[in-house]
Amino acid sequence: MTTTTTTLRSTSRLLAVADNGGGPDLDTHVQVHGDPPRLTGAAARDGVLGALSRSGVTGRGGAGFPTTRKVDLLARQRRRPVLLVNAMEGEPASAKDRVLLERAPHLVLDGAQVTGALIRADHIVLCIPAEHGGAAHAVQVALAERARRRIDALHVELAAPPARYAAGEESALADWAAGGSGLPMFRPDKGVPMAVRRSPVLVQNAETLAHVALVARHGDAWYRSVGAPDAPGTTLVTVTGAVQRPGVMEVELGTPVGHILAWAEVRRQPGGVLLGGYGGAWIEGSDLDVPFSPAALRERGAAVGAGVIGVLPAGACGLAETARLVAYLADESAGQCGPCTFGLPAVAEDLDRLAMGAADPALLERLRRRLEVIPGRGACGLPDGAVRLAHSALRVFAFDVANHARRRPCPGWAHRPTFPTPGVRRMSLWTTGTRR
Amino acid sequence: MDDGDETVTEQHLRVDPVACDAFGYCAELLPELVALDEWGYPVVSDRAVPPALLDLARRAVAECPRRALSLAAGKPSVTPKRVRLASSRR
Repeated sequence: MTTTTTTLRSTSRLLAVADNGGGPDLDTHVQVHGDPPRLTGAAARDGVLGALSRSGVTGRGGAGFPTTRKVDLLARQRRRPVLLVNAMEGEPASAKDRVLLERAPHLVLDGAQVTGALIRADHIVLCIPAEHGGAAHAVQVALAERARRRIDALHVELAAPPARYAAGEESALADWAAGGSGLPMFRPDKGVPMAVRRSPVLVQNAETLAHVALVARHGDAWYRSVGAPDAPGTTLVTVTGAVQRPGVMEVELGTPVGHILAWAEVRRQPGGVLLGGYGGAWIEGSDLDVPFSPAALRERGAAVGAGVIGVLPAGACGLAETARLVAYLADESAGQCGPCTFGLPAVAEDLDRLAMGAADPALLERLRRRLEVIPGRGACGLPDGAVRLAHSALRVFAFDVANHARRRPCPGWAHRPTFPTPGVRRMSLWTTGTRR
Repeated sequence: MDDGDETVTEQHLRVDPVACDAFGYCAELLPELVALDEWGYPVVSDRAVPPALLDLARRAVAECPRRALSLAAGKPSVTPKRVRLASSRR
């Protein structure tokens, strides 16, 4: 997908260098951000841990979990942990971690060193799939620069786990690091750290660590000076779909979605807006005053997630698009848990039949029952995300649902796909021959 | 739950979805607490196992061919349990 950074109209912090035309090298980085923070001694660690806690930094990988809670837990382990930096970015519509690593690799590496020091890590493993070669190359160059100047206390290893939608799910990444095949694990208690062999593991998203690097330098008051009171700071978003200038940009949390779309030069009212990622939710194309912040989006059943903002063009069918996205998620299921393995293809088929005007009379009731029964029953959040998306589609595209349920397809059904769904065949093939 | 049951620690049923292969014995033994979805996978009630059903629940746990069913004290989300390692799976 296109990964041009649009001109920034918001506070640039993570992308401060790149947005002013600067390169990703260490000299420019230090010139703009100052020297990498050094955390020697317990007092320095406690200081940064306190600032991090007051800053309210949350994970930017999708779940939005408070970063200090995870760091605190790992800082209390007896054995030295391993820090896994998660730049897997399995969301096909997201490019923000890649862009961040290409343009500001040192900020992510600073944050990894700070976090590693906070948890007294043994070493750091930075996970970037081989497909994201530009980001891996930028990190290699940055690591060589840092090695020459000996600025890093902890060894950083670069790893390339296989790219898959769920590969970046934290237990899947820990599984891969432990020599497994990289599948999500059943973790009934998230309060117990995962482990690689016998070492506890902390998994942190690349963007999250870049924020940590800035909090360690400038403190929590600085961090909270932009953004919304209940969601301070900035965040990276990937704007994609029917926009003139797709790409990654940094915005303050709480910025109205409509402003972000205006910066990306969306000129017509969208048919709908996909927020978070493929496991996210749709909001209505007219609902653009909503602030891009966790609390405001929660009211609409949506979330900041991985920062995807996907614009559905006015002429496209949101249900057909949703059917494709759910089919993609079904394909990406690891096939470990029954409700996901069998439930998601069934939901995708229901949605597709509905979109093409081939609904049987029992379809809507069956679909709603399936959406009720699937969530919360998988090892990871993939099925829950797919269900969230489907639920939101039934709500946001309710007018189309009613029409299609009366077996009227819409012209939008044949619209070309808006969001990439690698590997998903042209839909509706599976209904051939079974159409009543 | 909060109906005044004098169980010392509340027990909840829990399914390991990765291990479960939809044998369905749990739903046969314990229809009060386990239903099957249309694909044959168990949907367990999130209420505490009533004392009268504890013996049956233990039996259901013991008879699961995949060892996917367990009884855990307290709410399912706060039950202390070691995360299974990939390396210990093979």
